[in-house]
Amino acid sequence: MVRPYEELNGWTIPEVAGRIAAELEEGWFVNLGIGLPTLVGEALPEGKEVILHSENGILGIGPRKHTGETDSDLVNAGKEPITLLPGGSFFSQSESFAMIRGGHLDAAVLGAFQVSMRGDIASWKLPNASLGRVGGAMDLTVGSKRVFVFMKHCTREGTSKIVEECAFPLTAPRAVDRIYTELAVIDVTDGGLVVQDLAPDVEFEEVQACTAAPLQNRNVKKHSKVSEG
Amino acid sequence: MIHKKYENEEHAVADIPNDSTVLVGGFGGSGLPSRLITALKENGATGLTIVSNNIGAVSEGVATLISNQQVKKIICSFPVGPHANELIEYLETGRVELELVPQGTLAERIRAGGAGISAFYTPTAAHTELGEGKESRVFNNREHLLEYAITGDYALIKAHRADRWGNLVYRKAQRNFNPVMATAAQTTIAEVDEIVEVGDMSAEEIISPSVYVHRLVEIASQEERGKVQNG
Repeated sequence: MVRPYEELNGWTIPEVAGRIAAELEEGWFVNLGIGLPTLVGEALPEGKEVILHSENGILGIGPRKHTGETDSDLVNAGKEPITLLPGGSFFSQSESFAMIRGGHLDAAVLGAFQVSMRGDIASWKLPNASLGRVGGAMDLTVGSKRVFVFMKHCTREGTSKIVEECAFPLTAPRAVDRIYTELAVIDVTDGGLVVQDLAPDVEFEEVQACTAAPLQNRNVKKHSKVSEG
Repeated sequence: MIHKKYENEEHAVADIPNDSTVLVGGFGGSGLPSRLITALKENGATGLTIVSNNIGAVSEGVATLISNQQVKKIICSFPVGPHANELIEYLETGRVELELVPQGTLAERIRAGGAGISAFYTPTAAHTELGEGKESRVFNNREHLLEYAITGDYALIKAHRADRWGNLVYRKAQRNFNPVMATAAQTTIAEVDEIVEVGDMSAEEIISPSVYVHRLVEIASQEERGKVQNG
């Protein structure tokens, strides 16, 4: 029985953040976009040295500051108060984006409105909006060594955010390497979208049913018994 | 003796004429030269082209110049925020023109402007709505767009400390667009917390060398003067 999207209980958003945090490698320099990706910073295991970059000229940002005195000169890309880790550094916006555009960041974790089966990403403007908010998204998608998208699988209305062709204005073509949603981890490959992992209690057919692009199943977890025969 | 210090922010911006291009530093409220922006509002110059990353993030920002109908054109990357409502209205009625630029391209266009580079190629925004109509060329099998330098008649920037010559240091991430904008204007005006004597800052810590900085306004001293007067 294939259940509809609203009946699927996938990972929680903090669980997805934790999954991404676990897959970022020690020593990587990583930019986290505003919104959901910010949660990845909070989910990094203590002592794991992944150095977070903020577009406003910071390397080595620590957790967001929820309590106590905040400092308006120490904020992340979303203008939220943050902390600076020992070893952190400040630099200008032109150096910050030279870092991004020069290919020095190992990964960017970004939100998106839509991702296509070829890795096109639309994240800066809704089709009928009078204003777009491009910020650093076009630079990050073009310049980072790896682009990971962290988003809900579908919109609130249940429409798939993974599509054959983006209908929304593009941020960059063929930029996304991997998509993390509450239902699945999906790689964008030359051969199309490949499901690498599924949330517990979610079937491949159910994810396919709420995804508006063809998926291939390489779910080792669910097929291990079969392949090991 | 070199004197770059102005008595107050009103004097420092008094000669900014109509139709000027003004670069305004800051990322949201961080590193925003809010005193200079308020003084520019008082100055009343109209037909301004404002180059600034965030429009409408904070009430004391560029949004006040738009509300005051001083702005003809905005060049920015992120024109949204709680105080951007009037911008949307003005854009829809055609009273303000918006040039939306990816943030890295914006920073690099300003850097190029300050460095005497007229234009450069970048892959950012290729095959997107923001790249439409731009000259393009393929390097390393990838489409690049030709982007032109940005320079300003004036730059309004914020720094933490200056010396009498105009060497600047910044506090934490207040730096953001301020040092690059300082390089790209005919006249750079810096709002600083304090001005110290030449030699009081370590030569190794200076971020914006004095060659880029033409006028200084010391904010802390005014606040202290205000306290004395009020007391």
